[in-house]
Amino acid sequence: MKKEKNSLLVWVANISFIIISFIALFPILNLLISSFRPSSELMRNGISLVFDPSTLSLNNYTYIITQGGNYWSWFINSLSISAITIILSLFFSSMVGYALALYDFKGRNLVFGFVLFILMVPFEILMLPLFQLMINMNLINTYTAVILPAVVAPVAVFFFRQYAIGLPKELMDAARIDGASEYGIFFKIMLPLMAPSMAAMAILQGLGSWNNFLWPLIVLRSNDMFTLPIGLATLLTPYGNNYDILIAGSVMTIVPIIILFIFFQRYFVAGLTVGGVKG
Amino acid sequence: MLPTSKSTSQELAIPVKRQNKLVKFLNSKKVVPYIFVSPFILSFLLFSLYPSIKAIIMSFQQVLPGQTTFIGVSNYSRVFNPTFLKALSNTSIYVILTVIILVITPIVLAVLLDSKIVKFKTFFRASLFLPALASTIVSGMVFRLMFGETDTAAANQIMNWLGLGSVDWRYNAWSGMFLMVLLCSWRWMGVNILYFLAALQNVPKELYEAAEIDGASTIKKFYYVTLPFLKPVTIFVTTISVIHGFRMFEESFVFWEAGSPGNIGLTVVGYLYQQGIQQNDMGFGAAIGVVLMLIIFVVSFIQLILTGAFKKEDA
Repeated sequence: MKKEKNSLLVWVANISFIIISFIALFPILNLLISSFRPSSELMRNGISLVFDPSTLSLNNYTYIITQGGNYWSWFINSLSISAITIILSLFFSSMVGYALALYDFKGRNLVFGFVLFILMVPFEILMLPLFQLMINMNLINTYTAVILPAVVAPVAVFFFRQYAIGLPKELMDAARIDGASEYGIFFKIMLPLMAPSMAAMAILQGLGSWNNFLWPLIVLRSNDMFTLPIGLATLLTPYGNNYDILIAGSVMTIVPIIILFIFFQRYFVAGLTVGGVKG
Repeated sequence: MLPTSKSTSQELAIPVKRQNKLVKFLNSKKVVPYIFVSPFILSFLLFSLYPSIKAIIMSFQQVLPGQTTFIGVSNYSRVFNPTFLKALSNTSIYVILTVIILVITPIVLAVLLDSKIVKFKTFFRASLFLPALASTIVSGMVFRLMFGETDTAAANQIMNWLGLGSVDWRYNAWSGMFLMVLLCSWRWMGVNILYFLAALQNVPKELYEAAEIDGASTIKKFYYVTLPFLKPVTIFVTTISVIHGFRMFEESFVFWEAGSPGNIGLTVVGYLYQQGIQQNDMGFGAAIGVVLMLIIFVVSFIQLILTGAFKKEDA
Protein backbone atom coordinates (compact mmCIF):
# COMPACT_ATOMS: atom_id res chain seq x y z
CA MET A 1 0.00 0.00 0.00
CA LYS A 2 2.86 2.33 0.82
CA LYS A 3 4.37 1.71 -2.59
CA GLU A 4 1.15 2.64 -4.34
CA LYS A 5 0.96 5.92 -2.53
CA ASN A 6 4.56 6.70 -3.46
CA SER A 7 4.07 5.92 -7.12
CA LEU A 8 1.09 8.27 -7.21
CA LEU A 9 3.27 11.00 -5.69
CA VAL A 10 5.98 10.26 -8.27
CA TRP A 11 3.47 10.66 -11.07
CA VAL A 12 2.00 13.88 -9.75
CA ALA A 13 5.44 15.39 -9.13
CA ASN A 14 6.84 14.46 -12.53
CA ILE A 15 3.80 15.62 -14.44
CA SER A 16 3.79 18.92 -12.49
CA PHE A 17 7.40 19.45 -13.45
CA ILE A 18 6.70 18.75 -17.11
CA ILE A 19 3.92 21.36 -16.98
CA ILE A 20 6.06 23.90 -15.10
CA SER A 21 9.01 23.43 -17.47
CA PHE A 22 6.65 23.87 -20.38
CA ILE A 23 5.37 27.15 -18.91
CA ALA A 24 8.96 28.28 -18.35
CA LEU A 25 10.04 27.43 -21.89
CA PHE A 26 6.83 28.42 -23.64
CA PRO A 27 7.45 32.18 -24.08
CA ILE A 28 10.95 31.55 -25.43
CA LEU A 29 9.81 28.81 -27.80
CA ASN A 30 6.93 31.03 -28.84
CA LEU A 31 9.34 33.88 -29.58
CA LEU A 32 11.53 31.52 -31.58
CA ILE A 33 8.65 30.25 -33.70
CA SER A 34 7.17 33.71 -34.12
CA SER A 35 10.45 35.02 -35.44
CA PHE A 36 9.80 32.97 -38.58
CA ARG A 37 6.27 34.30 -39.04
CA PRO A 38 5.34 37.25 -41.25
CA SER A 39 5.51 40.50 -39.32
CA SER A 40 2.27 41.76 -40.81
CA GLU A 41 0.48 38.86 -39.18
CA LEU A 42 2.17 39.51 -35.84
CA MET A 43 1.15 43.13 -35.98
CA ARG A 44 -2.46 42.24 -36.61
CA ASN A 45 -2.77 39.32 -34.21
CA GLY A 46 0.00 39.53 -31.63
CA ILE A 47 1.62 36.21 -30.87
CA SER A 48 -1.16 33.71 -31.41
CA LEU A 49 -1.20 30.02 -30.73
CA VAL A 50 -2.72 29.07 -34.05
CA PHE A 51 -0.93 29.90 -37.25
CA ASP A 52 -0.36 28.62 -40.75
CA PRO A 53 2.97 26.73 -40.84
CA SER A 54 3.30 27.38 -44.57
CA THR A 55 3.80 31.11 -43.87
CA LEU A 56 7.03 30.45 -41.94
CA SER A 57 10.10 32.00 -43.56
CA LEU A 58 13.49 33.54 -42.85
CA ASN A 59 12.23 36.93 -44.03
CA ASN A 60 12.51 38.65 -40.64
CA TYR A 61 16.14 37.62 -40.34
CA THR A 62 16.92 38.66 -43.90
CA TYR A 63 15.30 41.98 -43.17
CA ILE A 64 17.46 42.56 -40.08
CA ILE A 65 20.63 41.61 -41.91
CA THR A 66 19.94 43.81 -44.92
CA GLN A 67 17.85 46.69 -43.53
CA GLY A 68 18.17 46.37 -39.77
CA GLY A 69 18.59 50.11 -39.27
CA ASN A 70 20.69 50.58 -36.17
CA TYR A 71 20.28 46.98 -35.02
CA TRP A 72 23.91 46.13 -35.70
CA SER A 73 25.18 49.25 -33.93
CA TRP A 74 23.12 48.24 -30.89
CA PHE A 75 24.52 44.77 -31.10
CA ILE A 76 28.12 45.98 -31.33
CA ASN A 77 27.54 48.54 -28.57
CA SER A 78 26.15 45.86 -26.26
CA LEU A 79 28.93 43.46 -27.11
CA SER A 80 31.71 46.02 -26.57
CA ILE A 81 30.23 47.41 -23.37
CA SER A 82 29.70 43.94 -21.92
CA ALA A 83 33.19 42.77 -22.90
CA ILE A 84 34.94 45.82 -21.45
CA THR A 85 32.80 45.68 -18.30
CA ILE A 86 33.59 42.00 -17.77
CA ILE A 87 37.34 42.47 -18.22
CA LEU A 88 37.66 45.58 -16.04
CA SER A 89 35.30 44.47 -13.30
CA LEU A 90 36.90 41.03 -13.02
CA PHE A 91 40.39 42.50 -12.94
CA PHE A 92 39.73 45.12 -10.27
CA SER A 93 37.18 43.17 -8.24
CA SER A 94 39.40 40.11 -7.97
CA MET A 95 42.31 42.29 -6.76
CA VAL A 96 40.14 43.85 -4.06
CA GLY A 97 38.57 40.56 -3.02
CA TYR A 98 41.98 38.90 -2.86
CA ALA A 99 43.52 41.69 -0.81
CA LEU A 100 40.56 41.68 1.59
CA ALA A 101 40.79 37.95 2.06
CA LEU A 102 44.52 37.28 2.31
CA TYR A 103 46.26 40.41 3.61
CA ASP A 104 46.10 41.86 7.08
CA PHE A 105 46.09 45.60 6.82
CA LYS A 106 44.78 48.57 8.72
CA GLY A 107 41.36 49.61 7.46
CA ARG A 108 40.51 46.22 6.03
CA ASN A 109 37.18 46.13 7.82
CA LEU A 110 36.46 49.67 6.75
CA VAL A 111 37.00 48.75 3.09
CA PHE A 112 34.79 45.70 3.49
CA GLY A 113 32.21 47.96 5.09
CA PHE A 114 32.30 50.11 1.94
CA VAL A 115 31.55 47.01 -0.13
CA LEU A 116 28.53 46.19 2.03
CA PHE A 117 27.41 49.83 1.90
CA ILE A 118 27.25 49.76 -1.91
CA LEU A 119 25.41 46.46 -1.82
CA MET A 120 22.74 47.97 0.39
CA VAL A 121 22.15 51.39 -1.12
CA PRO A 122 19.78 51.07 -4.08
CA PHE A 123 21.36 52.28 -7.30
CA GLU A 124 18.23 54.27 -8.13
CA ILE A 125 18.97 56.90 -5.52
CA LEU A 126 22.52 57.40 -6.80
CA MET A 127 21.24 57.64 -10.34
CA LEU A 128 20.42 61.35 -10.48
CA PRO A 129 23.70 62.62 -8.94
CA LEU A 130 25.63 60.17 -11.13
CA PHE A 131 23.77 61.48 -14.15
CA GLN A 132 24.75 65.02 -13.16
CA LEU A 133 28.34 63.90 -12.65
CA MET A 134 28.40 62.39 -16.15
CA ILE A 135 27.05 65.64 -17.57
CA ASN A 136 29.80 67.59 -15.78
CA MET A 137 32.45 65.17 -16.98
CA ASN A 138 31.11 65.53 -20.52
CA LEU A 139 30.56 61.82 -20.78
CA ILE A 140 26.88 61.70 -21.78
CA ASN A 141 26.27 59.41 -24.74
CA THR A 142 29.59 57.57 -24.39
CA TYR A 143 30.57 54.00 -23.56
CA THR A 144 32.63 55.40 -20.69
CA ALA A 145 29.53 56.72 -18.93
CA VAL A 146 27.90 53.29 -19.07
CA ILE A 147 30.99 51.36 -18.01
CA LEU A 148 32.62 53.60 -15.39
CA PRO A 149 30.24 53.02 -12.46
CA ALA A 150 30.41 49.26 -13.12
CA VAL A 151 34.20 48.99 -13.09
CA VAL A 152 34.41 47.73 -9.52
CA ALA A 153 31.42 45.49 -8.89
CA PRO A 154 30.71 45.09 -5.15
CA VAL A 155 28.93 41.78 -5.70
CA ALA A 156 32.03 40.47 -7.45
CA VAL A 157 34.32 41.83 -4.72
CA PHE A 158 32.20 40.08 -2.11
CA PHE A 159 32.18 36.88 -4.11
CA PHE A 160 35.94 36.86 -4.77
CA ARG A 161 36.62 37.57 -1.12
CA GLN A 162 34.55 34.57 -0.04
CA TYR A 163 36.38 32.44 -2.59
CA ALA A 164 39.90 33.69 -1.82
CA ILE A 165 39.48 33.07 1.92
CA GLY A 166 39.61 29.38 1.08
CA LEU A 167 42.93 29.62 -0.80
CA PRO A 168 46.08 28.25 0.89
CA LYS A 169 48.04 31.08 2.49
CA GLU A 170 51.14 28.88 2.70
CA LEU A 171 51.55 29.15 -1.06
CA MET A 172 52.12 32.88 -0.67
CA ASP A 173 54.83 32.37 1.97
CA ALA A 174 56.51 29.69 -0.13
CA ALA A 175 56.55 31.97 -3.15
CA ARG A 176 57.96 34.82 -1.06
CA ILE A 177 60.85 32.61 0.08
CA ASP A 178 61.48 31.82 -3.57
CA GLY A 179 61.82 35.53 -4.19
CA ALA A 180 58.53 36.24 -5.95
CA SER A 181 57.16 39.77 -5.71
CA GLU A 182 53.71 40.33 -4.19
CA TYR A 183 52.34 41.14 -7.63
CA GLY A 184 53.94 38.02 -9.10
CA ILE A 185 52.27 35.97 -6.36
CA PHE A 186 48.88 37.42 -7.26
CA PHE A 187 49.12 37.24 -11.04
CA LYS A 188 51.10 34.02 -11.44
CA ILE A 189 49.93 31.90 -8.52
CA MET A 190 46.72 33.06 -6.90
CA LEU A 191 44.83 34.38 -9.91
CA PRO A 192 45.01 31.03 -11.74
CA LEU A 193 43.70 29.38 -8.57
CA MET A 194 40.73 31.73 -8.68
CA ALA A 195 39.86 30.71 -12.26
CA PRO A 196 36.63 28.83 -11.43
CA SER A 197 35.23 31.79 -9.54
CA MET A 198 36.35 34.01 -12.42
CA ALA A 199 34.28 31.99 -14.87
CA ALA A 200 31.19 32.23 -12.69
CA MET A 201 31.57 35.96 -12.21
CA ALA A 202 32.33 36.53 -15.89
CA ILE A 203 28.95 35.10 -16.77
CA LEU A 204 27.05 36.87 -14.02
CA GLN A 205 28.67 40.23 -14.78
CA GLY A 206 28.27 39.68 -18.51
CA LEU A 207 24.61 38.81 -18.11
CA GLY A 208 24.03 41.85 -15.93
CA SER A 209 25.76 44.14 -18.38
CA TRP A 210 24.14 42.63 -21.48
CA ASN A 211 20.68 42.99 -19.96
CA ASN A 212 21.25 46.28 -18.13
CA PHE A 213 18.56 48.80 -18.92
CA LEU A 214 17.94 51.75 -16.63
CA TRP A 215 21.43 53.30 -16.43
CA PRO A 216 22.26 53.03 -20.17
CA LEU A 217 18.78 54.40 -20.87
CA ILE A 218 19.69 57.49 -18.88
CA VAL A 219 23.21 58.21 -20.17
CA LEU A 220 22.87 57.14 -23.79
CA ARG A 221 21.16 59.66 -25.99
CA SER A 222 21.49 58.95 -29.70
CA ASN A 223 19.92 55.97 -31.40
CA ASP A 224 23.20 54.67 -32.81
CA MET A 225 24.73 54.60 -29.31
CA PHE A 226 21.92 52.55 -27.72
CA THR A 227 22.48 49.08 -26.36
CA LEU A 228 20.25 46.19 -27.44
CA PRO A 229 17.66 46.35 -24.62
CA ILE A 230 17.14 50.09 -25.14
CA GLY A 231 17.15 49.82 -28.91
CA LEU A 232 14.58 47.04 -28.82
CA ALA A 233 12.47 49.01 -26.34
CA THR A 234 12.34 51.94 -28.79
CA LEU A 235 10.75 49.60 -31.31
CA LEU A 236 7.93 48.88 -28.87
CA THR A 237 6.00 52.01 -29.81
CA PRO A 238 2.27 51.86 -30.31
CA TYR A 239 2.69 53.24 -33.83
CA GLY A 240 5.63 51.10 -34.83
CA ASN A 241 5.50 48.45 -37.48
CA ASN A 242 8.93 47.12 -36.63
CA TYR A 243 7.84 43.68 -35.55
CA ASP A 244 10.20 42.01 -37.97
CA ILE A 245 13.25 43.59 -36.31
CA LEU A 246 11.74 43.35 -32.86
CA ILE A 247 11.07 39.63 -32.92
CA ALA A 248 14.07 38.37 -34.87
CA GLY A 249 16.28 40.89 -33.08
CA SER A 250 15.14 39.61 -29.71
CA VAL A 251 15.97 36.04 -30.66
CA MET A 252 19.42 37.19 -31.70
CA THR A 253 19.77 38.93 -28.33
CA ILE A 254 19.04 35.83 -26.30
CA VAL A 255 20.92 33.30 -28.41
CA PRO A 256 24.48 34.46 -27.54
CA ILE A 257 23.56 34.29 -23.85
CA ILE A 258 22.07 30.82 -24.18
CA ILE A 259 25.20 29.60 -25.97
CA LEU A 260 27.38 31.12 -23.25
CA PHE A 261 25.16 29.48 -20.63
CA ILE A 262 25.39 26.04 -22.22
CA PHE A 263 29.18 26.26 -22.37
CA PHE A 264 29.68 27.46 -18.81
CA GLN A 265 26.60 26.00 -17.14
CA ARG A 266 28.60 24.18 -14.48
CA TYR A 267 30.41 27.30 -13.31
CA PHE A 268 27.31 29.39 -13.63
CA VAL A 269 25.34 27.20 -11.25
CA ALA A 270 28.32 26.91 -8.91
CA GLY A 271 28.73 30.69 -9.00
CA LEU A 272 25.17 31.35 -7.95
CA THR A 273 25.26 28.80 -5.19
CA VAL A 274 28.54 29.91 -3.58
CA GLY A 275 27.46 33.55 -3.66
CA GLY A 276 24.02 32.80 -2.35
CA VAL A 277 24.41 30.46 0.55
CA LYS A 278 27.16 32.04 2.53
CA GLY A 279 25.91 35.56 1.85
CA MET B 1 72.35 43.01 -5.40
CA LEU B 2 73.76 43.47 -8.86
CA PRO B 3 77.54 43.80 -8.75
CA THR B 4 77.61 45.32 -12.24
CA SER B 5 75.69 48.41 -11.23
CA LYS B 6 78.48 49.40 -8.88
CA SER B 7 81.15 49.22 -11.53
CA THR B 8 79.21 50.93 -14.33
CA SER B 9 78.92 54.42 -12.93
CA GLN B 10 79.38 56.16 -9.64
CA GLU B 11 76.69 58.78 -10.32
CA LEU B 12 74.09 56.17 -11.17
CA ALA B 13 74.54 54.37 -7.91
CA ILE B 14 72.37 56.70 -5.88
CA PRO B 15 69.35 56.75 -8.22
CA VAL B 16 69.50 52.96 -8.57
CA LYS B 17 69.52 52.64 -4.82
CA ARG B 18 66.61 55.02 -4.53
CA GLN B 19 64.76 53.15 -7.24
CA ASN B 20 65.37 49.90 -5.42
CA LYS B 21 64.00 51.47 -2.31
CA LEU B 22 60.87 52.52 -4.17
CA VAL B 23 60.43 49.06 -5.65
CA LYS B 24 60.91 47.55 -2.24
CA PHE B 25 58.40 49.96 -0.75
CA LEU B 26 55.80 49.23 -3.41
CA ASN B 27 56.37 45.52 -2.96
CA SER B 28 56.22 45.43 0.83
CA LYS B 29 53.44 43.44 2.44
CA LYS B 30 52.26 46.60 4.15
CA VAL B 31 51.79 48.65 1.01
CA VAL B 32 50.62 46.05 -1.52
CA PRO B 33 47.09 45.55 -0.13
CA TYR B 34 46.49 49.31 -0.34
CA ILE B 35 47.57 49.32 -3.96
CA PHE B 36 45.23 46.41 -4.64
CA VAL B 37 42.22 48.11 -3.07
CA SER B 38 42.96 51.62 -4.35
CA PRO B 39 40.92 51.38 -7.59
CA PHE B 40 37.97 50.25 -5.52
CA ILE B 41 38.39 53.08 -3.02
CA LEU B 42 38.54 55.61 -5.85
CA SER B 43 35.48 54.20 -7.53
CA PHE B 44 33.67 53.99 -4.18
CA LEU B 45 34.36 57.62 -3.33
CA LEU B 46 33.42 58.87 -6.79
CA PHE B 47 30.52 56.63 -7.75
CA SER B 48 28.95 55.63 -4.43
CA LEU B 49 29.80 57.87 -1.50
CA TYR B 50 29.79 61.16 -3.38
CA PRO B 51 26.45 60.51 -5.16
CA SER B 52 24.88 59.27 -1.90
CA ILE B 53 25.75 62.50 -0.12
CA LYS B 54 24.86 64.50 -3.21
CA ALA B 55 21.47 62.80 -3.46
CA ILE B 56 20.64 63.78 0.10
CA ILE B 57 21.78 67.39 -0.52
CA MET B 58 19.92 67.53 -3.84
CA SER B 59 16.71 66.43 -2.16
CA PHE B 60 16.73 69.78 -0.30
CA GLN B 61 17.37 71.77 -3.48
CA GLN B 62 15.65 72.97 -6.54
CA VAL B 63 17.97 71.91 -9.35
CA LEU B 64 17.72 73.93 -12.53
CA PRO B 65 20.28 74.01 -15.32
CA GLY B 66 23.06 76.31 -14.14
CA GLN B 67 21.58 77.11 -10.76
CA THR B 68 20.61 75.30 -7.63
CA THR B 69 18.85 76.81 -4.67
CA PHE B 70 18.16 75.38 -1.24
CA ILE B 71 14.45 75.16 -0.66
CA GLY B 72 14.38 73.32 2.65
CA VAL B 73 12.02 70.39 2.98
CA SER B 74 9.55 71.48 0.32
CA ASN B 75 10.57 68.63 -2.02
CA TYR B 76 9.68 66.24 0.78
CA SER B 77 6.38 67.92 1.52
CA ARG B 78 5.52 67.51 -2.17
CA VAL B 79 6.46 63.82 -2.22
CA PHE B 80 3.39 62.46 -0.50
CA ASN B 81 0.97 63.38 -3.27
CA PRO B 82 -1.73 61.08 -4.74
CA THR B 83 0.48 59.99 -7.65
CA PHE B 84 3.33 58.96 -5.34
CA LEU B 85 0.92 57.16 -3.03
CA LYS B 86 -0.50 55.34 -6.04
CA ALA B 87 3.03 54.36 -7.10
CA LEU B 88 3.84 53.28 -3.55
CA SER B 89 0.70 51.17 -3.21
CA ASN B 90 1.35 49.55 -6.63
CA THR B 91 4.91 48.79 -5.61
CA SER B 92 3.87 47.43 -2.19
CA ILE B 93 1.26 45.11 -3.69
CA TYR B 94 3.85 43.99 -6.22
CA VAL B 95 6.41 43.31 -3.47
CA ILE B 96 3.95 41.32 -1.35
CA LEU B 97 2.78 39.17 -4.28
CA THR B 98 6.24 38.51 -5.71
CA VAL B 99 7.70 37.68 -2.30
CA ILE B 100 4.93 35.19 -1.54
CA ILE B 101 5.23 33.55 -4.96
CA LEU B 102 9.02 33.67 -5.24
CA VAL B 103 9.74 32.28 -1.78
CA ILE B 104 7.12 29.60 -1.20
CA THR B 105 6.98 28.01 -4.67
CA PRO B 106 10.76 27.67 -5.10
CA ILE B 107 11.07 25.94 -1.71
CA VAL B 108 8.51 23.32 -2.71
CA LEU B 109 9.99 22.87 -6.18
CA ALA B 110 13.56 22.70 -4.87
CA VAL B 111 12.65 20.05 -2.28
CA LEU B 112 10.98 17.99 -5.01
CA LEU B 113 13.95 18.47 -7.36
CA ASP B 114 16.29 17.37 -4.58
CA SER B 115 14.32 14.21 -3.84
CA LYS B 116 14.55 10.94 -5.66
CA ILE B 117 10.98 11.31 -6.89
CA VAL B 118 11.66 13.51 -9.89
CA LYS B 119 13.39 12.22 -13.03
CA PHE B 120 15.24 14.37 -15.62
CA LYS B 121 16.39 16.80 -12.92
CA THR B 122 19.03 18.48 -15.04
CA PHE B 123 16.56 19.21 -17.79
CA PHE B 124 13.98 20.66 -15.39
CA ARG B 125 16.58 22.75 -13.61
CA ALA B 126 17.96 24.15 -16.86
CA SER B 127 14.57 24.89 -18.37
CA LEU B 128 13.39 26.64 -15.22
CA PHE B 129 16.57 28.70 -15.18
CA LEU B 130 16.48 29.67 -18.84
CA PRO B 131 14.04 32.63 -18.42
CA ALA B 132 16.61 34.41 -16.21
CA LEU B 133 18.89 34.68 -19.23
CA ALA B 134 16.53 36.84 -21.25
CA SER B 135 16.41 40.51 -20.32
CA THR B 136 13.22 41.91 -18.84
CA ILE B 137 12.82 43.95 -22.00
CA VAL B 138 12.96 40.97 -24.37
CA SER B 139 10.83 38.71 -22.19
CA GLY B 140 8.45 41.57 -21.44
CA MET B 141 8.01 42.15 -25.14
CA VAL B 142 7.09 38.49 -25.69
CA PHE B 143 4.62 38.70 -22.82
CA ARG B 144 3.18 41.87 -24.27
CA LEU B 145 2.58 40.20 -27.60
CA MET B 146 1.16 37.06 -26.00
CA PHE B 147 -1.09 39.13 -23.76
CA GLY B 148 -2.24 41.41 -26.56
CA GLU B 149 -5.71 42.93 -26.57
CA THR B 150 -6.92 41.15 -29.69
CA ASP B 151 -8.91 37.91 -29.56
CA THR B 152 -6.13 36.27 -31.55
CA ALA B 153 -3.28 36.87 -29.07
CA ALA B 154 -2.20 33.71 -27.26
CA ALA B 155 -3.56 34.54 -23.79
CA ASN B 156 -6.94 35.61 -25.11
CA GLN B 157 -7.16 32.50 -27.28
CA ILE B 158 -6.80 30.43 -24.13
CA MET B 159 -9.30 32.63 -22.27
CA ASN B 160 -11.79 32.11 -25.08
CA TRP B 161 -11.26 28.36 -25.15
CA LEU B 162 -12.00 28.34 -21.44
CA GLY B 163 -15.11 30.37 -22.18
CA LEU B 164 -13.95 33.33 -20.10
CA GLY B 165 -13.87 35.91 -22.87
CA SER B 166 -11.05 38.23 -23.99
CA VAL B 167 -9.34 40.59 -21.58
CA ASP B 168 -7.75 43.99 -22.25
CA TRP B 169 -4.69 42.88 -20.34
CA ARG B 170 -2.79 46.16 -20.20
CA TYR B 171 -5.81 48.34 -19.42
CA ASN B 172 -7.23 46.88 -16.20
CA ALA B 173 -5.71 47.46 -12.80
CA TRP B 174 -5.85 43.79 -11.78
CA SER B 175 -4.56 42.40 -15.07
CA GLY B 176 -1.82 45.04 -15.26
CA MET B 177 -0.56 43.94 -11.85
CA PHE B 178 -0.97 40.31 -12.92
CA LEU B 179 1.28 40.92 -15.96
CA MET B 180 4.04 42.56 -13.90
CA VAL B 181 3.97 39.87 -11.20
CA LEU B 182 3.83 37.09 -13.78
CA LEU B 183 6.81 38.45 -15.70
CA CYS B 184 8.88 38.79 -12.53
CA SER B 185 7.91 35.36 -11.20
CA TRP B 186 8.62 33.74 -14.54
CA ARG B 187 12.09 35.25 -14.75
CA TRP B 188 13.27 34.62 -11.16
CA MET B 189 11.69 31.29 -10.26
CA GLY B 190 14.65 29.26 -11.55
CA VAL B 191 17.25 31.42 -9.84
CA ASN B 192 15.54 31.11 -6.47
CA ILE B 193 15.18 27.36 -6.94
CA LEU B 194 18.95 27.20 -7.42
CA TYR B 195 19.53 29.05 -4.16
CA PHE B 196 17.31 26.63 -2.27
CA LEU B 197 18.79 23.61 -4.02
CA ALA B 198 22.25 24.74 -2.91
CA ALA B 199 21.05 25.07 0.68
CA LEU B 200 19.49 21.62 0.56
CA GLN B 201 22.93 20.12 -0.12
CA ASN B 202 23.88 21.18 3.41
CA VAL B 203 21.16 19.21 5.16
CA PRO B 204 22.83 16.16 6.77
CA LYS B 205 21.31 12.98 5.35
CA GLU B 206 21.55 11.27 8.76
CA LEU B 207 18.86 13.57 10.11
CA TYR B 208 16.37 12.23 7.58
CA GLU B 209 17.33 8.69 8.45
CA ALA B 210 16.92 9.38 12.14
CA ALA B 211 13.52 10.96 11.53
CA GLU B 212 12.50 7.98 9.42
CA ILE B 213 13.40 5.57 12.23
CA ASP B 214 11.25 7.66 14.55
CA GLY B 215 8.42 7.12 12.08
CA ALA B 216 8.08 10.71 10.85
CA SER B 217 5.86 11.29 7.82
CA THR B 218 7.10 13.06 4.70
CA ILE B 219 5.38 16.26 5.73
CA LYS B 220 6.78 16.08 9.27
CA LYS B 221 10.28 15.50 7.91
CA PHE B 222 9.88 18.54 5.65
CA TYR B 223 8.63 20.70 8.51
CA TYR B 224 11.02 19.64 11.27
CA VAL B 225 14.18 18.74 9.33
CA THR B 226 14.25 20.53 5.98
CA LEU B 227 12.71 23.90 6.80
CA PRO B 228 15.02 24.81 9.71
CA PHE B 229 18.03 24.20 7.48
CA LEU B 230 16.55 26.37 4.76
CA LYS B 231 16.01 29.29 7.12
CA PRO B 232 19.20 31.28 6.39
CA VAL B 233 18.76 31.08 2.65
CA THR B 234 15.05 31.84 2.98
CA ILE B 235 15.93 35.04 4.82
CA PHE B 236 18.45 35.86 2.11
CA VAL B 237 16.01 35.24 -0.75
CA THR B 238 13.22 37.17 0.99
CA THR B 239 15.47 40.16 1.67
CA ILE B 240 16.70 40.23 -1.90
CA SER B 241 13.15 39.87 -3.25
CA VAL B 242 11.86 42.71 -1.09
CA ILE B 243 14.68 45.04 -2.14
CA HIS B 244 14.39 44.12 -5.81
CA GLY B 245 10.63 44.49 -5.60
CA PHE B 246 10.82 48.04 -4.25
CA ARG B 247 13.34 48.91 -6.97
CA MET B 248 11.14 47.57 -9.76
CA PHE B 249 11.07 49.62 -12.94
CA GLU B 250 11.60 47.55 -16.06
CA GLU B 251 8.57 45.27 -15.74
CA SER B 252 6.39 48.33 -15.73
CA PHE B 253 8.34 50.17 -18.43
CA VAL B 254 8.17 47.32 -20.91
CA PHE B 255 4.37 47.13 -20.67
CA TRP B 256 3.57 50.86 -20.69
CA GLU B 257 6.72 52.92 -21.51
CA ALA B 258 5.64 56.50 -20.96
CA GLY B 259 2.63 55.96 -18.76
CA SER B 260 -0.11 53.51 -17.90
CA PRO B 261 -3.82 54.34 -17.92
CA GLY B 262 -4.71 55.69 -14.47
CA ASN B 263 -1.13 54.94 -13.39
CA ILE B 264 -2.04 51.28 -12.85
CA GLY B 265 1.56 50.32 -13.59
CA LEU B 266 3.41 53.23 -12.02
CA THR B 267 6.13 52.24 -9.56
CA VAL B 268 8.20 54.34 -7.16
CA VAL B 269 11.31 54.12 -9.33
CA GLY B 270 9.14 54.78 -12.38
CA TYR B 271 7.93 57.95 -10.68
CA LEU B 272 11.51 58.87 -9.78
CA TYR B 273 12.55 58.39 -13.42
CA GLN B 274 9.56 60.35 -14.69
CA GLN B 275 10.13 63.33 -12.36
CA GLY B 276 13.92 63.33 -12.13
CA ILE B 277 14.94 62.50 -15.69
CA GLN B 278 11.97 63.16 -17.96
CA GLN B 279 10.64 66.26 -16.18
CA ASN B 280 14.17 67.26 -15.20
CA ASP B 281 13.06 67.98 -11.63
CA MET B 282 16.14 66.42 -10.08
CA GLY B 283 15.68 67.77 -6.55
CA PHE B 284 12.23 66.26 -6.37
CA GLY B 285 13.49 63.04 -7.93
CA ALA B 286 16.26 62.87 -5.33
CA ALA B 287 13.70 63.31 -2.55
CA ILE B 288 11.69 60.38 -3.97
CA GLY B 289 14.91 58.35 -3.98
CA VAL B 290 15.71 59.17 -0.36
CA VAL B 291 12.17 58.26 0.71
CA LEU B 292 12.48 55.01 -1.23
CA MET B 293 15.74 54.22 0.52
CA LEU B 294 14.23 54.88 3.94
CA ILE B 295 11.30 52.61 3.08
CA ILE B 296 13.66 49.83 1.98
CA PHE B 297 15.75 50.19 5.14
CA VAL B 298 12.73 50.13 7.45
CA VAL B 299 11.06 47.19 5.71
CA SER B 300 14.28 45.15 5.52
CA PHE B 301 15.03 45.93 9.15
CA ILE B 302 11.56 44.90 10.35
CA GLN B 303 11.74 41.78 8.24
CA LEU B 304 15.17 40.83 9.57
CA ILE B 305 14.01 41.29 13.16
CA LEU B 306 10.84 39.26 12.59
CA THR B 307 12.76 36.41 10.99
CA GLY B 308 15.33 36.52 13.77
CA ALA B 309 18.27 37.10 11.47
CA PHE B 310 20.02 39.11 14.15
CA LYS B 311 20.13 36.19 16.54
CA LYS B 312 23.53 34.57 16.69
CA GLU B 313 22.33 30.98 16.26
CA ASP B 314 21.70 31.38 12.55
CA ALA B 315 25.22 32.31 11.68
